[in-house]
Amino acid sequence: MRFWRKVIAIAWKDTLSEVRTKETVSSVLVFTLLVIVIFNFAFGTSQETMVLVAPGILWVTFAFAGVLSLNRSFILEKEEGCLEGLMVCPISRETIYVGKLLGSLLFMLVIEAIALPIFAFLFNLVLSLQLVVITVLATVGFVTVGTLFSALAVNTRAREMVLPILFLPIVVPVIICAVKASGLALSGEPWGSLSSWLQIIVAFDAIFLVVSFLVFAFVIEE
Amino acid sequence: MKKNILLGLSFVLMVIALYLVFVYVPTEKEMGIVQRIFYLMVPLGWLSLLAFLIVFIGSILYLAKRESKWDILASSSAEIGIVFTTLALITGSIWAKPIWGVWWTWEPRLTATLVLWLVYLAYLIVRSYATDEERGARFAAVVGIVGFIDIPIVALATTLWRGMHPGPIIFQGGLAPAMLLTLLVSIAAFTFLYSVLLIQKVSMKNDEMEMKRLKELHS
Repeated sequence: MRFWRKVIAIAWKDTLSEVRTKETVSSVLVFTLLVIVIFNFAFGTSQETMVLVAPGILWVTFAFAGVLSLNRSFILEKEEGCLEGLMVCPISRETIYVGKLLGSLLFMLVIEAIALPIFAFLFNLVLSLQLVVITVLATVGFVTVGTLFSALAVNTRAREMVLPILFLPIVVPVIICAVKASGLALSGEPWGSLSSWLQIIVAFDAIFLVVSFLVFAFVIEE
Repeated sequence: MKKNILLGLSFVLMVIALYLVFVYVPTEKEMGIVQRIFYLMVPLGWLSLLAFLIVFIGSILYLAKRESKWDILASSSAEIGIVFTTLALITGSIWAKPIWGVWWTWEPRLTATLVLWLVYLAYLIVRSYATDEERGARFAAVVGIVGFIDIPIVALATTLWRGMHPGPIIFQGGLAPAMLLTLLVSIAAFTFLYSVLLIQKVSMKNDEMEMKRLKELHS
């Protein structure tokens, strides 16, 4: 119980500073829109090609948006020496991990909640519950490994350059499954045909939640 | 001494493997002469997995015990592993050209190998970008653990992604006894080569550390 109180305190701190500055969500949201618009030029506008490439566009956009916003997550902590402050707090490293994870998850979900309807509107697609479920599950996958690697990247010389190099190859299975499942969802398939893809994403989420939780302490120790 | 025995053994096995591949084993009926590259590709693929398993084990032991010998083991194995993975990708392309008519296809095994290659490239990059050595070792170990756990999920996702078509003919059904023998000898030869390289690399890194220590002592 006390663990969760501390976790929520950290996530709340991030949310509060985000609400006051609106730095991450607003800039990543604009970035997301730009990527969607630019992809539109790359693939033309015919409805048939759109149905084929839309899932790909969506997940490339969200993966890049994830890299951007996850990078912010620990760069902010590092800049003002907040990370040191957190580390001298009487809380375990794992608490910091879960707290930062919840904060990033919230930001990503807010960005996606705004971007998804715009995406559907621009590409003339129908949003479904399936698409929402896929997005939430895949975002959890992004954030679990992303939080771990963000904390790692910020302590290297190249800082924000390192996160995409680490993050993207590891989340390849999530991207593959999310693209496939979204494609099926957009063409109106039933839940049954999506299940094997969703299972892999859920397995990824569960495995990397545990693994990242266990190794996080080694990433931020000084 | 032990090194030389291993080196000699891997040399002899390698010569035998070459003889088996190019002289002894009959040419495969459907794919023709190209199929012989299979006896090179499979051992390379297997070795990259073995090398990364050693990285995984070394990384866990390093984080648990903080002895630099485990880090040296893991990083040496990663460097050798990435060489073998690169070779596996190259031989895979050479194989793909005559069989499928293109240099690269997104065949599940090839795709998974490419992802593997990228993960361990990141492993080496993280180490070189770290601000000090101890930190680099720690970060690399984390990537070594996460990366290895990712491999089966990547393999599963890429297999499913390509529509669960049965793999190339070789992997189902059995191999003819002569082919199996050739493959096994080739795998053994390459495994010995790996262990020789690993021992060399580890002792080289140990010497480097010793040199650095002496230098610091001197200055």
